[in-house]
Amino acid sequence: MSVLLEVRGMSKSFRGLRAVTDASFDVPHGAIRALIGPNGAGKTTCFNVIAGVYRPDNGIILFDNHPIQNLRPDQVCSAGIGRTFQLVKPFAALSVVDNVVVGALQRASNVSAAKKQAAEIVERMGLGPKKDQLASSLTLPDRKKLEVARALATRPKLLLLDEVMAGLRPTECDQMVEFFREINRADGLAILLIEHVMRAVMALAQHVIVLNHGEVIARGTPAEVVRDAAVLQCYLGEEAEV
Amino acid sequence: MNRAHGLLALLVACLAALPLVANSYVLSVATLILFFAYAGQAWNVMMGFAGQLSLGHSLYVGVGAYAAAGLYFHFGLGAWAGIWLAIALCVLLGAAIGFLAFRFGISGVYFALLTIAFAEFTRIGFDHIQWLGGPGGLFIKVEHRVGWDLVNLRGAPAMFYYVMLALSAAAFALCAGLLRSRAGYYWQAIREDEEAAQALGINTFRWKMLAVVISAAMTAVAGVFFAFYYNNLFPEQIFHISRSIEIILGPIIGGLGTLFGPILGAAVLTVLADGITELLAALGWEFPGVKQVFYGIVLLAVIMFLPHGIWPALARKLGVGK
Amino acid sequence: MDPVNVINLVLAGVLTGLVYGLMALGLSVIFGVVRVVNFAHGEMMTIAMYAAVVLFATLGLDPFLAVLPVAAVFFVLGYALQAGLINPFITRPEHSQFMLLVAVALIMVNALLIAFGPSARSVQLDYLLESIEVGPLLLDRGKVLAALVALATSALLFAFFKLTRTGKAIRACADNYLGAKVVGLDVKHLYALTFGLGSACVAVAGCMMVLLVDVTPVLGPAYTLLAFVIVIVGGLGSMTGALLGGVLIGVSEALAGLFITPSAKSMFSFGLLILVLLLRPQGLLGKKT
Repeated sequence: MSVLLEVRGMSKSFRGLRAVTDASFDVPHGAIRALIGPNGAGKTTCFNVIAGVYRPDNGIILFDNHPIQNLRPDQVCSAGIGRTFQLVKPFAALSVVDNVVVGALQRASNVSAAKKQAAEIVERMGLGPKKDQLASSLTLPDRKKLEVARALATRPKLLLLDEVMAGLRPTECDQMVEFFREINRADGLAILLIEHVMRAVMALAQHVIVLNHGEVIARGTPAEVVRDAAVLQCYLGEEAEV
Repeated sequence: MNRAHGLLALLVACLAALPLVANSYVLSVATLILFFAYAGQAWNVMMGFAGQLSLGHSLYVGVGAYAAAGLYFHFGLGAWAGIWLAIALCVLLGAAIGFLAFRFGISGVYFALLTIAFAEFTRIGFDHIQWLGGPGGLFIKVEHRVGWDLVNLRGAPAMFYYVMLALSAAAFALCAGLLRSRAGYYWQAIREDEEAAQALGINTFRWKMLAVVISAAMTAVAGVFFAFYYNNLFPEQIFHISRSIEIILGPIIGGLGTLFGPILGAAVLTVLADGITELLAALGWEFPGVKQVFYGIVLLAVIMFLPHGIWPALARKLGVGK
Repeated sequence: MDPVNVINLVLAGVLTGLVYGLMALGLSVIFGVVRVVNFAHGEMMTIAMYAAVVLFATLGLDPFLAVLPVAAVFFVLGYALQAGLINPFITRPEHSQFMLLVAVALIMVNALLIAFGPSARSVQLDYLLESIEVGPLLLDRGKVLAALVALATSALLFAFFKLTRTGKAIRACADNYLGAKVVGLDVKHLYALTFGLGSACVAVAGCMMVLLVDVTPVLGPAYTLLAFVIVIVGGLGSMTGALLGGVLIGVSEALAGLFITPSAKSMFSFGLLILVLLLRPQGLLGKKT
C-alpha cells in the first residue's frame, strides 16, 4: 500500500503554547488509522492543520504526493479530504437531505445530480425516514450521522473523523463502526479518526498513533499500543472504555 | 405546489389590474410598496440568503440614482444609459466593500458598522459635489407626463407602477432561481455555518462576494427608478441611514431568506403605516415621525414574537411552501 | 494662523472630547460586557439632553444639578430595558438583538420628534459664557466644567469596576459568561446592572453636552455612530480607550473644522472607522480576541 497522507515534522504553536511538536505519521491508501491521546494532546490541532484551518509553523503535509499545508480548507476538501467536527455543525435551517446536497455539490455538476447523490447517501446512512426534517430537529446520534453523510457526499479519498463516537450508546457505536468498516471495504475510503472511545478504536483501527503533550509517543497496532509503557503512563488515572 | 401557483397567479392578476381601478393616491402607495418589495428583495440576497448584515444599502440606491440622474441632467442620456452606469458603479462599490470586509475577516455587527460608515461617508461626500447639485439637490425636468417613454422613464404614474411591478416580478423570479441553484445552497450553508461550509469545499470568500455584488447591482436599479420617479435627489435624504433601515424593514418583518417575505413585509408595513397616519390625521393628530414610531413598534413586535417574520406563519396557514 | 488660536481650538476639542468619551464609555461598558450592540445609544444621549432642557425650562434646574436625578432615572430605565427587553432574547442570533435596538432607536428618535418638534433647543446659563484665562490660552468655562464632570464620572466608574465586589463580578461576566454562571453569579442581574450603569453614563454625558451644543432629535443617530467610532477606534473593552478615543475625535473634529469645511469633519470620523475596522479592529488600546 502506498501512502495517501503523509505528515512530516509538523509543529504548531498558539501564542507561545506549543500545541503540536514535530509530529510525523502517515495514512496509507485504504487504511484506517486512529489518533489517540489524553485531552489537550493536540489531536484536533493536527486535524485542523491537515484540513487547512491552520497553517503549520513547520513541516510538510503531503496528500497523494502533493503538498497541502498551505491550502485553504475548501481547497483541502477539493483535493479529497473530508472532515467532521468534534462539536457537530449542522446547517440547522436546512433539511437533512439539503445538508447533504451542499456536500454533494462539491463533485456534482448540477443541483439535480447532487440531489440524487445526496438522497442515496442519506439512505445509506439510515437517515432516509428523516430526510425532509430540519437538521435542527435531529437527535445527537442522528446529527453525527448527518455530519458524516455530508462529508462523504464530497467523495473524499480520506475521511477525518473527530470524536464521532462521543455521546453514542454502545449499540449505536457498533453500528457506526460497522458502517465505516463497510465503506472502507467497499469504496476503499481511508479513515483517520480521533477517538476516546476505545471500543471503537480497537474494533476499527489497524494502526494507532498516540499523542501526548503535542508529541507522538507511540505507534503500532491497537494491541501493541495499549500495552506500551509510555502510553499506560500518560493514561494513568484516565478513564478509558475498553 | 398547485395551490401556491394558483395563489401566485391570482396575486399577479390583481396587481396587473390595479391601475384600472385605483385612484392616483392608491396607485402611488402601491408603487411605493413595490419599490420597497423590490429593494427589500435585493437586500435579502445579501442578508437572508448569504447572512451578511448590511445597514448601508442606501449607498447603492443613492449612487444608482445619482449616476442615472447625472447622465440625464448633464448629457441628456435617459434611463436606458443611466442604468448601465448605475449598475457598474454599484458593482464596483459592492465589490470593494465586500473585498475589504471579507479579506480582513470582518463579519456580523462589525460588517454592519462598516456598511454604515461607507454610506455616511458618501452622504457627506455628495453634499460637497456641486456638479451633482450638492446639498441643494439635483432636479430633473419633468416632461410629458402623459404617454409612456419606457426608454427614458418619462410618463404617467401608471407607467411607473408597471415598471416597478415588472422589476419586482423579475426580482422574485431571479431570487427563486438563485435559491434553487448551487448559489442558493452555498449561500445558505455559509449563512448557517461558514466553517462547516468551507470544510465541504465552498470558497466562502468568492460566494459572499457574489451575494454582495448581485445585491448591490439589483439595488442600483432601484436607485435609477427612484431618480426618475421622484425627479429630485438630496444627499441628506437618499443616503441617510433611515433609507437603509426602511429597506430592511420589509424583509425582516415579512421573513428573512424567504421569497414572499420582502413583498409581504413591505405591503403590510406601508398599508398599516398609511392607515394609521390617516386615522390620526382624522383625529387631528398630525405629527412628523408618527409613521416611523409605528415602524419601530412593528419591528420590535415582530422581532420579539415572530422572529422568523410574518410569511412563514402565514404560509403554514395557507398551506403553501416557502 | 495664530498658533495660540490653534492651541485654544485643540484644547476646546480635548474638553468636548472628554464629554464624547464619557458617552462612549457608557457604550464600551455595555458593548464590552453585555455584548449588546446598543444602537440606541445616541438616542438615549439625546433624550438625556432633552431632559436637561426640560428640567431647566420648567424648574430652572442647573444641568450640573440635574445630572443626579437624570442619571438615576436613566440607570433604572437602562436596567429595565436590559432586563425586560434584551435579556429574554439573549440566546437569539446577534443580528436579532441588533435589530431590537434599531427598533428601540427608531421609536426613541421619532417620539422625540413628536414631542419636541424639529427645532433646536438649548440651555442658556450666563456663568458658562465666561472664559477662563490660563496664561495666553483662553478656555470656555462651560466646556471646562463639563469636561471636569465627565472626568469625575469616568473616575467613579473606573473605581467601581476596579474596587467594588459587584464591579469585579461584572468584569468576570464579561470575560467568561459560562464561568461566571458556574461560580454562581446572577449574570442576568449583572447584565442589567451594567446596562443601567452605561445608561447613567450617557445621561451625565447628555446633561453636559447640552451645555456645548443645541439639541435636535436627529442628533440621536449621529451620536450613536460617533459612539461606535470612538469605541472601535479606542478599543473595545478598554475604558481608557473610550476616553482616549473621545478626545481624539474631539480634537480631530476641531482641527477638521479649521482646515477643511466643518461639515466634512464627520467624514473624517467615518474614514477613521473604516481604517480601524480594516487594519486594527481591536482599536488602539483594546485586547485582541
